[in-house]
Order: sequence, then C-alpha cells, then structure tokens
Amino acid sequence: MSRVLLMQGNQAVVEGAIAAGVRFYGGYPITPSTEIAEGMAKRLPEVGGKFMQTEDELAGIGTVLGASLGGVRAMTATSGPGFSLKQEMIGMACSAEIPCVIVDVQRVGPATGQPTSPSQGDVMQARWGTHGDHWLIAVSPSSVPECFDLTRRAVELSEKYRCPVILLMDEVIGHMRERIELPDSYEGLAAARRKQPDVTPEDYLAYADTDGSKVPAMADFGSGYRWHVTGLVHDETGFPKGTPAATKNSQDRLRTKLEDHEDDIVQTEHYRTEDAEIVVVAFGGAARTAYEVVDMARNEGIHAGLFRPITIWPFAERAVRELAEKTQCLLVHELNCGQYVREVESAVQGRASVRLYAKYDNEPATPDELLAEIREAEKTIKGAK
Amino acid sequence: MKGMEELVDLYFRPGRLPHLWCPGCGNGVVLGALLKAIDAEGLEKDDVAVISGIGCSSRASGYVDFNTANTLHGRALPISTGLKMARPELNVITLSGDGDCSAIGGNHLIHAARRNIGLTLVVFNNSIYGMTGGQYSPLTPRGSRATTAPYLTIEPSFDILALAQAAGATFTARATTYHVPILVDVLRKGIRHEGFSIIEAVTGCPTNYGRQNKLAAPAAMMEWQKEHGVMKAAWDKLDEPAREGKFPIGVLYERTDLKEYTKAYDEIIERAQAGKEAASA
Repeated sequence: MSRVLLMQGNQAVVEGAIAAGVRFYGGYPITPSTEIAEGMAKRLPEVGGKFMQTEDELAGIGTVLGASLGGVRAMTATSGPGFSLKQEMIGMACSAEIPCVIVDVQRVGPATGQPTSPSQGDVMQARWGTHGDHWLIAVSPSSVPECFDLTRRAVELSEKYRCPVILLMDEVIGHMRERIELPDSYEGLAAARRKQPDVTPEDYLAYADTDGSKVPAMADFGSGYRWHVTGLVHDETGFPKGTPAATKNSQDRLRTKLEDHEDDIVQTEHYRTEDAEIVVVAFGGAARTAYEVVDMARNEGIHAGLFRPITIWPFAERAVRELAEKTQCLLVHELNCGQYVREVESAVQGRASVRLYAKYDNEPATPDELLAEIREAEKTIKGAK
Repeated sequence: MKGMEELVDLYFRPGRLPHLWCPGCGNGVVLGALLKAIDAEGLEKDDVAVISGIGCSSRASGYVDFNTANTLHGRALPISTGLKMARPELNVITLSGDGDCSAIGGNHLIHAARRNIGLTLVVFNNSIYGMTGGQYSPLTPRGSRATTAPYLTIEPSFDILALAQAAGATFTARATTYHVPILVDVLRKGIRHEGFSIIEAVTGCPTNYGRQNKLAAPAAMMEWQKEHGVMKAAWDKLDEPAREGKFPIGVLYERTDLKEYTKAYDEIIERAQAGKEAASA
C-alpha cells in the first residue's frame, strides 16, 4: 500500500532518511536546507531517533560522527557556507572511515550569495572541499521522488563503503513540490548496516581488509569490541603508523575501496542517447529541463539526447568516454560558471566536441533557453561537416 | 586502590608504549589518576569511551584499552555528544587540552555545559600549546612568554571552570599533578555525576612552558602547583588579597537537580510517540 502526496524535496529527504533507518541528526539551520532539520526534529523522535540542533555547523557533523561510532545511522544537512564549515570533519570521516550522510542543498555563493536561489556551485566542493587526498561519494537527485530514493541510497552507500556520502541537491529540488508516492510502511527499507566483525574482540583489527572488499568491518562503540579511531595515518590495527609504506598502503586502500566498486556505486541515466548527435550532460536540478528540451529538439529533427549522472562522484568517466565515442557533441549544462565540464572534457579527450551552457544568474534555464543552446550546437556540428 | 603497575597492565594497550610525552610532563600523572578513578569506580572497559581532541594530552586516548577516538582539534565534545546520544549507557570521558578546549573548541564547551549532557570532561591545563612547540593559549597566565608572545602575553586568561559553570555545567572541579589523591577523588566524583562535569587538571609542561618561563625543572612546576593550589575549604576563608595568584582545588561546584540531557531527550521521544506536539511551556 502506498500514499500519493504533494511534497517538497527537502521533506522527501526527511522521509528517505527515516525509511533508510537514520536515527540521529545533528545540524544547524541554513537556507535552503532548513526544512530538512525541521522535518527531522519532528520525525526522528516519533521513530525513537534523536535530533539535535547544534551550536554550529561543525558540531552538527561532529555529533553525526559520534553517533555513527555508536552504531547509529546518522545524517546532517546544510548549504554551501555550512558545507565549507563541515569540510574538516568530512576529511576525518574519510580517514577514519566513519559512515555519514551530508546533504548540501546548494544556493548561489560564495558567502551569503543568494540564499533562496538555485546553484550547482558546490559540485567541486563536494569532491574536493576537504583537505588532502581523499575519496568519497556524491549523488544528486533531479526530482522529489528521487530525493527519497537517493537519500536512502546515500545511507546505504555510506554504510556499505564506510565513507561520507554527499547528497548534493540544489534549491530548486529542495523547495520544489511534486507528486510522490510513498509506501505506507517503511518496513524492510532500512539500509543494510555496516559490516560487523566476524572474529572475536581479541582478534579484531579495526582496519583490516579481511574479505578482499577493501572495506573493513566496523564494530559499534560499546559492543565489546574496543578499538581506536584516529585521524592520524594508521595501519590495519587502527593505531598511528606514519611510515612511508603504511601511508601509501592506507591511501591505496582508501582509493581502491571506491574504485574497485564503481560498477556498484556509479549510477547514470541515458535518455534518447542511442542515435544522438548532441547529448546534454546535466545532473540535479539542471537536468530537469533537459528531458522536455530533448523531445522539443527531436521534433525539430535534431538528434538530441540526455546523459544524467546520478552518482556525480566518483565521476562516471567510462560512461562519458563511451558516449563520446558514438556522439558528436556533449553539451554540458550546469548552474554555475563551468565546473563539471572540466571533468567531462578530461574524460572525452577530444573524441567529441564539448560545449558548455553555464547558467549562473540565480535561475534555472527555461526550455527555450536550453533549446537555443542545442540549436547552436547543431549549427556547429553541421557547419563542421 | 591498585598500584600503578597493576593499572598499566590492566588498562594500557599492549605495545602502545612508550608514550610521546616529554620527560617531566604531567600528562602521564593525569592519565594515571584517571585510570585509578575508573578502576575505583568499577567501570567495565567495554562501557567506557575515551574521546580526545588534538594536542599532547589528547594522544592519551590511544594508549588506553577502552572504546577510544583521537579526533580533531577542538571537536572532542561534539563527537562525544553524538556518541552519548547514540549510546547513553556508555561512560563517555572526553579528554582535551587547554587550547583544544578553550580556544578552538570553546563554543562546544559552553554548549555541552549548557545542555548538561552526561559527559566527563577532563581538561589537561598545561598553560601552553605543547605539541606545536609553545604558543600561548587562552589559559596561559598573562605576562607569560610564549613563542608567539616573545614580548609576553597581554591577554587575560580564562577561569575555565567559572566559564563552564556560567554556561550551565553542573559539576566543576580542579586538582593538580601535585595533588594526585585529590585529582583521583574529583575524577571519581565527576564520573559519578550524572550531568555535565568538567575537571581541570593543572599539569606542567617543562619543555614548552617551563623553559620559556623560568620553570624548566619539572620539580619546580610541581612546587608551583603545591604553593598555588588551595583546598576549596581553605580558599573560602581567604580574603581577596590572600587569593592573589592562587587557585582553589577540589570540587568547586555541584548541583544534581537538573536533568541530564539524554534523559531529558527521552521525554521528547515520549511526547512524539504519544502523537502530540508539545504545547509551549
């Protein structure tokens, strides 16, 4: 049984989190993500979970890491400026491999920018915001129903791969109201918990790759497995070890932990790309306009398609390369001055032309605006022939 | 009470020694006192979490056989708070230095105190940033020399216990590495206290504070602690001029009538599950 609702993206994130089994939220109010905090404050205690409005953004994610060490699925949400404040702790979560979900509902920045206007200016911050070499996952929903699904998936991925997962939204997706069908009961929807040790406490090595997956088993604090968490470079015992070999081993495992599982982690969507000559590459809110525009272009006889990265980090390099082999032009459309386009160019390496339609004026593109860009791309292709 | 050797065997992780502290450093004395307190209170190792920030003293968490985390500079309290929320049954002991706790982590200190969450915070106050080589902290006495104060500090220092009490801490205590039995006693009481407790452990850093301030000999720092720490009962009888430069030790403040945070939170869950949003108080 299910119920059909008209719901805001931020509320769908709340429901997705509750369904996924998130039972702790620590965060600080910031537009345009605040409805997530408000929703969690109401919903979590109803299911026996706990919500805290912390003194600042740092404490928000700090409490999340602490709760996660205690074995509870935990989440926080913010927007660009707060996301910056959380970055140090995201590095800690990468290094110590503490599962957590961070929602960033992007607004125009830097600084206060335009708090109620959409942007995708944090796409590189999501990947490279924290310090040092690090690996994490980011996913980006394009609709309200997908806010629910991807929040669940973000929790699942963070538990499975023991890393921070960023749910990168934008103001349009966060505040838009849309039809969503939610199950009456969330039973059976909880994300699988992190892998538990299958050895005795005496034999437990907190960071040992015991099954070749590169993901160590993680015991809950208080479960009888006493182990040590540190942000210092550590070996499989979890204790600091800074030798060149230990440092390299640690970095290699953290990198390949995600690289080895890209087939599982990286999700993309193709819309009418089979015979497309021009493929719009867009994610999140920017992708919404593109479905309709692809149809409009097709009606004009332009062979257009849409490629939508759902997992935006790790970058869908193989899929983009394959696309570049069989199409002529990739038209990257993003709500910033051009960030993700560089990743696309680096994957395409001249196999197709790459064009950028950057929209950075506080508003998402209208179908006509995007269609005009496709027509321009078409002219260039035909002119080149 | 067990001897130190026995406590080391019981509570130190095999193979983690030697520690990184300098000869004459008081951090080992504070950690020893903490282990004595934990042992005397009869806590099970599985039921204790020790969460620290960054700095010399925060390395203590790695040496001891509990659920432990050596986290980020200033952030031990938020991480401890989240853990306590997830596992209220755990005895969460937070270790922090004077810089870690009162400078970069100062905001977390006042809010943890305000919430009265059941953490036991042990502040290793050595008056200096030791790990980075001797820069002044908010607890460095005014007029001290530091590598970042070659012309002496002009900033007044916090009374961290008065600060915590004003913010809402329901237990404050102080002792020094000279007054070890008192330190053990106040740590025991702090652990037993249900709400937020803060224990300031005055400790010496001969290497990075002492050398710059004519107190290079560890024994001289102990002497200083002995001469300047005054038991609370005696302190209360001193007039203002007699208190000048000295500080009270022992339990300085305790109240038990305020509900601990995670227990108070259970009421929120009850209200939410009863299906009613709270009428405003």
